[in-house]
Amino acid sequence: MISSSSKVILEVRNLSASVAGVDILKGINLTVRAGEVHAIMGPNGSGKSTLSKVLAGHPSYTVTGGDVMFQGKNLLELPPEERAHAGVFLAFQYPIEIPGVSNSAFLRLAYNTLQARRGGEDLDPLEFNDYIREKSKIVEMDPSFLDRNVNEGFSGGEKKRNEILQMAVLDPTLAILDETDSGLDIDALRIVANGVNKLMTTNNAVIMVTHYQRLLNYIAPDFVHVMRGGQIIKTGDKALALELETRGYDWVHA
Amino acid sequence: MSAVMQSVTSHDSYLTGLLPATVTAQTATPEWLTALRADAAQRVRALPFPTTRDEEWRFSDFSLMCKTTFAPAIAAATLTTADIAPFLLPEATHGRLVFVNGVHAQHLSSSSLPQGVIVTTFTAGLASETLRTHLAQYATFQNEAFVALNTSHAHDGALVVLGKNTACATPLHVLFVSTASTTPVATFPRCLIVAEPGSECTLIEDYVHLSTTRTASTYFTNAVTEIVIAENAIVRHTRLQRESSSAFHVGHAAIHLSHNSVYDSNSITFGARLSRYNLNIIQNAEGANCTLNGLVLISGRQMADTHTVMDHTQPNGNSAQLHKCIVDGGAHAIFNGKIFVRKDAQHTHSTQSSRNLLLSNKGRVDTKPQLEIFADDVKCAHGATVSQLETEEMFYLNSRGLNANTARNLLIYAFAEAIIDKVPVNSLKQRLSQKVSSQVGEVV
Repeated sequence: MISSSSKVILEVRNLSASVAGVDILKGINLTVRAGEVHAIMGPNGSGKSTLSKVLAGHPSYTVTGGDVMFQGKNLLELPPEERAHAGVFLAFQYPIEIPGVSNSAFLRLAYNTLQARRGGEDLDPLEFNDYIREKSKIVEMDPSFLDRNVNEGFSGGEKKRNEILQMAVLDPTLAILDETDSGLDIDALRIVANGVNKLMTTNNAVIMVTHYQRLLNYIAPDFVHVMRGGQIIKTGDKALALELETRGYDWVHA
Repeated sequence: MSAVMQSVTSHDSYLTGLLPATVTAQTATPEWLTALRADAAQRVRALPFPTTRDEEWRFSDFSLMCKTTFAPAIAAATLTTADIAPFLLPEATHGRLVFVNGVHAQHLSSSSLPQGVIVTTFTAGLASETLRTHLAQYATFQNEAFVALNTSHAHDGALVVLGKNTACATPLHVLFVSTASTTPVATFPRCLIVAEPGSECTLIEDYVHLSTTRTASTYFTNAVTEIVIAENAIVRHTRLQRESSSAFHVGHAAIHLSHNSVYDSNSITFGARLSRYNLNIIQNAEGANCTLNGLVLISGRQMADTHTVMDHTQPNGNSAQLHKCIVDGGAHAIFNGKIFVRKDAQHTHSTQSSRNLLLSNKGRVDTKPQLEIFADDVKCAHGATVSQLETEEMFYLNSRGLNANTARNLLIYAFAEAIIDKVPVNSLKQRLSQKVSSQVGEVV
């Protein structure tokens, strides 16, 4: 599926960022082409979650250097909602709960907002109901979850499945999964991973931020990057992840 | 200087000026009621007008109302059912009592309830032994000037009696309508709800206004509600204060709980320039259950003060309270929630949470949850937060493509909706959601 002639979706060049005056990212370089799956691994505190938040535009992080091009646009100039409109999606490690707003109403609001920005048609509640029921099958989600309030009272696994359902609805060009595997039991992990695999096409790409190799048993990465101290210190293929699993992170050096 | 001093001290006689001209003029008023009203009037003369020097009124300064002279309302304005249509609840067509400017409007009311349910006025129920047994027994006026003032006017009001083991399937709606008038009017709504053993009902106590002009009308509502819940009885009480933004509203509710009774309260405050709601609940026998939900949504120069007292005096009681305030503009919300767990109230389980959302840097919230425990084997927890919208929550919604304004509206809506969702009447729930949407901006 990968070929060097595939279109470049994301180009990160020498990206540096800080939070509350502390430098976290110290010169990240990363190229993601259409059809690719990139895994970003690394010990706690290496900056991998920060990278995903900076790409999605979290306001608490300050970009101190470098640039990020996304399909020809300077991503760093856009507020987070416009990054979403452009096709960037972040699956949260800790999705928030919105009591009082049903999952289907929220998904429809997000869907119609994006449709308006992308020049597509709005769906009314009935049309959306059909659409969302079809999409829920991707993450094997019971339709009753659509009537429940967004993430309220959801288990960890249900919240993560709901994130992938949102990804299915918003149809991003670049999906960033921030520790989507954390807190999942083996069944939930399989369902979430299958969902992501079903959504992969030759026109989109996935960046998976993860601490553990086990997610990569289900979603095969084309590239594995190891982060440490705010930099990508090693890039390899799937074999690198297996090696990290047996040997840990300590042996990897820039 | 001396003029200022004088105006401060002169407030003490302000409430006296609001006393009824004569207490005995009503036809067929029983002696006991005349005596009760005279007693209450006596207390109004003796009690000072509350000031911010009183601990219980520390943050709510009502002296502004003393600038206005309120006249007692005389007769019901000539309203038709069409005029009040926006407030009518399709679920409650069988039991509706409407008062216009404090006076019962028979032609707007309806009562076709199952046997065992009585919804009537004091005037019609004056001969009733129930009225005599219960009226003014729970909302005591010895030390409460506003309760005393209301009691001094107690000749008409809503009387609801649920007979033994009677479940009223449809909600009962007591609607107090204030209309625009040339002179500011004072009204004294009064409700007595008696739920006999094993009975069950849903009650909507509703304060609304009808404006014919663009300017908000100034009036004063001084309300008192007493609810007596006998053993194994259930009362679900939704109290809605949506007065005009220039109105003054002081309301008291006194709830008396017996063995294994259930009381659910949703108090929702949107209106009035200055408002105060005192909700006092006493659990007087073993094993009563209380759920207290509160929502205050105010803006501009509004002030809303909610004081609640949950008094567990007997064992095995439960109470769960969640009070939420959303404060925009230069508004000011106050919450004071006291929970007492008396020496004999072992195995009480009580929680209290005060959650406040400040939407502007000119708004203000004062919250004081208080827990006083005298028993040694109880489970109690309380807490309060005052916050602005969370960065993390905003970012989550922004990352889903919603702009800052929509995300903000959605989060405020969700904050309010968690309480509105508990209102047990669907048509009312929908209208309240719409009201919140229209105030914070349409989102879903």
